[in-house]
Amino acid sequence: MKKLEVFDPAMCCSTGVCGVEVDPVLVQFSADLQWLAEHDIQVKRYNLSQEPQAFAGNPDVVREMEAGMDRLPVLMVDGHIVSTGMYPSRIQLAQKLGIALTTAEKPHIKVVAACNPKSGCC
Amino acid sequence: MTLPSATTRHLFFTGKGGVGKTSLSCATGLALAEAGKRVLIVSTDPASNLDEVLGVSLGAQPTAIPKAAGLFALNIDPEASARDYRERMVAPYRGILPVAAIASMEEQFSGACTVEIAAFDEFSKLLGQPQATAEFDHVVFDTAPTGHTLRLLTLPSAWSEFIASSDSGASCLGPLAGLEKQKALYAATVARLCDPASTAVILVSRPDISALREADRTRTELVELGVSNLQLAINGLFSTDRTDDAIATAMMQRADAALAAIPLGLSSLPRTVTPFLPLGTVGLSALRRMAHPDRLPLPTPGETATTTLPGPLSALVDEIAKAGRGVIMAMGKGGVGKTTVAAAIAMALAKRGFPVQLSTTDPAAHVEAAVGESIAHLSVSRIDPAAEIALYTAEVLAKAGSNLDPNGRAMLEEDLRSPCTEEIAVFRAFARAVDAGKEGFVVLDTAPTGHTILLLDAAESYHREVLRTQGDMPEAVRNLLPRLRDANYTKVLIVTLPEATPVHEAERLQADLARAKIHPYAWVINQSLLASGTLNPLLAQRGRYEISFIRRVADQLSSRSALIPWLPVPPVGPKGLAQLTDRIDAT
Repeated sequence: MKKLEVFDPAMCCSTGVCGVEVDPVLVQFSADLQWLAEHDIQVKRYNLSQEPQAFAGNPDVVREMEAGMDRLPVLMVDGHIVSTGMYPSRIQLAQKLGIALTTAEKPHIKVVAACNPKSGCC
Repeated sequence: MTLPSATTRHLFFTGKGGVGKTSLSCATGLALAEAGKRVLIVSTDPASNLDEVLGVSLGAQPTAIPKAAGLFALNIDPEASARDYRERMVAPYRGILPVAAIASMEEQFSGACTVEIAAFDEFSKLLGQPQATAEFDHVVFDTAPTGHTLRLLTLPSAWSEFIASSDSGASCLGPLAGLEKQKALYAATVARLCDPASTAVILVSRPDISALREADRTRTELVELGVSNLQLAINGLFSTDRTDDAIATAMMQRADAALAAIPLGLSSLPRTVTPFLPLGTVGLSALRRMAHPDRLPLPTPGETATTTLPGPLSALVDEIAKAGRGVIMAMGKGGVGKTTVAAAIAMALAKRGFPVQLSTTDPAAHVEAAVGESIAHLSVSRIDPAAEIALYTAEVLAKAGSNLDPNGRAMLEEDLRSPCTEEIAVFRAFARAVDAGKEGFVVLDTAPTGHTILLLDAAESYHREVLRTQGDMPEAVRNLLPRLRDANYTKVLIVTLPEATPVHEAERLQADLARAKIHPYAWVINQSLLASGTLNPLLAQRGRYEISFIRRVADQLSSRSALIPWLPVPPVGPKGLAQLTDRIDAT
């Protein structure tokens, strides 16, 4: 069973609805993680303001934060960093975790706004 | 009986700001202590004046009250609690996590909800853990103004339900997810609040219609929360057997009419009545008089008072009208007449032909009731927290929820039920209302002091957030704080009553605003008996008692001030409100 760990920046809540404006990317990402869990992926999500011990206990994540706070979120699969500074789309997550998408799942997927436009990642 | 009966261990006093919760809880606590009990009085109001009423400087630990054996008090400052909580959460990671990471954590713990929850946490320790107050026979809670009180009291069940139903694991307990560990304590707090054998809630009201309506709303909410041991305390009932003074007659009739039309839900509650006291309730001897009003010294007739009174509200409206647009915010403790003053100013400006929008964030909004029928150029809107939450929720679901599968949507809906959603929803509405001031006049009657401060605090942290992200922020939000600080755009009016507590509260509000770099334009002193022209000895005595407070406001606290007399015709509806701003012809 593969393990995905997400190290989020300090946020009020994981869907981001507590901000002044809701970020659709965060909402979609939360839903995608739920979807991953249904595909037998062990998902663990840490928020910097709520679970700082998870960050402090992971030298790779601390190194990323020292390089810049914009490296968050950091995603790790089985202890290896697979992405920084962006929330991958469902397709990208599926690729990183080796999940084959069924045709029934495909119509739900929208790749637009797969990552934060401000972050310069796409 | 002039004071509520105290048969339970815990007593809560709740009611609209300015109805005398602190005075009654202190007088009740003092009477219990003098009957040989050990009593702890607790305030959880961010703008508490418990220190002032008891004449002692209080802190977070019980302090013995001098000259009142057995009486102790403590004051919970929720902002200090929030700071402690933040430090407890962040300190272990200093030097371990990068400086920028620490800063971003601290930012998350600076929000309004952290303060709310931190206050509740303190309150739970006292109510949910019997050993914390074991040495006292009674614990008397002087709770904060209504909106705050309700949130505080609503939280336990909201949180219990939330914690119980949080099955997706996407718990949005805000930055306080750590508090989930305290579930047992919160459950105990809820149980204690709802247990009629251990807790009584006393709804405090003045004998006037709006205060009684507010008390009835609180009663409904408390009953919904499962609180059943309720009492009603009518504070400040004036009566006279003389009929030679129009003011005295009107005051008595108004109180009688309000009590005759008391909401049905309140009429069946056990009731106590505390009479009108002309000399205030600050200090132990004044508190004893609440329990024994018969020992009151009779006023000496024939004394006359002379002082130069501040100008009328109409003069202030003249000055405000010169700008032709902008935001006018009536601020002050609940119950001082912010809604009335805001409505009168809005109406006077509309009558002069300016387009005016009157808007309120007061959870107990009575703006439409205050104005009555429609007036040309004047539009009235209400910032209703429940409606704003519904709007925000719908907007978020439309914007972000359309791509989601049922699970994702359920999770989003769950996060939208979090306690901080209300703060955000109301804040956005407030920013929109302030934005409209660039077109014409916007008159806002804001919520009670504590809430207002939180609102401005929220404005401040959002402002910082905006500077950092520059995301797709609504223009109105980005401009809010600079506009509130711009004296040409926003005119803050501090509304107060010529009494000790309201003036001191308003003074603290002015100091808080100064820290946010907002400087009030003027002060408005409402309901002055001195200016009313009453000849009734008791009311005239009260009028003389007002002088030092009027002088303090006019000479020391404000650069501009206006005085509104106590009006025998209630300031409701266009004609009633016009009394506040029409020039009174000397007869």
